[in-house]
Amino acid sequence: MNQRPITEDDLHAYVDQVLEPERRAEVASYLDHHPDVAGRVAAFATQREQLRGALASIADEPLPAELNLLHIIEGRKRRPRWAWGMIAAMLLLGLGGLGGWTTRSLLQDGSNGLSSLAQEAAYSYSVFAPDRVRPVEIKASNSAELTQWVSNRLKQPIKVPDLSASGYRLMGGRLVPTSRGPAAMFMYDDDRGDRLVVLTRPMSNPNLATPMMPQSTGDVAGLVWAEGGMGYTLVGQLPGDVLKPIANEIRKQARPI
Amino acid sequence: MKDMLVQVEPLIPALRRYARALVRDRSAADDLVQDCLERAVSRWHQRRDGSVRAWLFTILHNLAVSQFRQTIARGRHMPIDDAGEQELVSAAAQEQRLIYQDVLSKLAKLPEEQRAVLLLVAVEDLSYADAAAVLNVPIGTVMSRLSRARERLQQEMDSVAPGNVVALRSLK
Repeated sequence: MNQRPITEDDLHAYVDQVLEPERRAEVASYLDHHPDVAGRVAAFATQREQLRGALASIADEPLPAELNLLHIIEGRKRRPRWAWGMIAAMLLLGLGGLGGWTTRSLLQDGSNGLSSLAQEAAYSYSVFAPDRVRPVEIKASNSAELTQWVSNRLKQPIKVPDLSASGYRLMGGRLVPTSRGPAAMFMYDDDRGDRLVVLTRPMSNPNLATPMMPQSTGDVAGLVWAEGGMGYTLVGQLPGDVLKPIANEIRKQARPI
Repeated sequence: MKDMLVQVEPLIPALRRYARALVRDRSAADDLVQDCLERAVSRWHQRRDGSVRAWLFTILHNLAVSQFRQTIARGRHMPIDDAGEQELVSAAAQEQRLIYQDVLSKLAKLPEEQRAVLLLVAVEDLSYADAAAVLNVPIGTVMSRLSRARERLQQEMDSVAPGNVVALRSLK
């Protein structure tokens, strides 16, 4: 009987114990007659045993709470991202039927410019939030200088929102160009390094006031609103129901006392 | 959801082991596994027929690779020599422990693609076809990487200091 030649692949499959019994026997008999090859194969088998032994204990460790699958499944139920995405898609595409049209008209440029503001914030977020070198121009340690600079350029007193109660620290801020001149951008982060951006600038209508609206551009989600002619937006890569209370806090703080 | 729990939960220890062997840092590895599980939960209904095990390893592997790339882009090298080997072996006896530390530090010297294939095949018992799916390469590439990985690891092991040779031989 003519035997198929033994290949390198056969040798590895022999080491990994995945050969059919018949082929395994053929390889074993080949190794009996070729001690040099047998030595290599034995060394590979030793490597395999050592690697498995060295790593075995990791799989025996009790799973930390973050890796509890039930928690992960339940965590998702509490944060229905799809609902947030649907609202955002409706608003962006104007496909939401009557409800969608009504909200869209509120957001359309030409009516009040809030969707431009939301878009500008999303652009700022995608440019500056991933920046590891200089995400902000003036750091939080110079917040007095920051406040004065943006207030001068926006020609009105700007307050830097304090989000520490929500677990976000001010990193700093900068001016960013927008379709209506300079806007003040403030960036925050939390202990996990998640970053949020707040963008504010005057709107064309000096008395504009609107309710809070969800907005999203790509994977950057956010909320946008106007009060006293100033537009505000909060954006980040977080679900809407996490952003909402933070946005409420910003709105509360921005109101004149 | 119950179906997912039954199929995914038993594989979590192996996912942790693979992640830790690949990135060599306990908390970074567990973060990867957590990301992997979150993705698996959200994409459970999008998976194709076939091995759930290979599907999960694919998600995890891609996350690990993109993290490697980010780390490289940041200009920081992966902590290879100083990443706590003690964390990797805890229950093993002292001599065995030295041998294990030795093989892991040598494994760490392999290029990432060789390390990945060796871990998937030799430690995680993925079939060559599943390993090819996880790495998104043809089976032939899996075999040639596996061969290069084993040769390279053997070279590393053969070039150890004399004291360790004795320890290694005594195992055989």
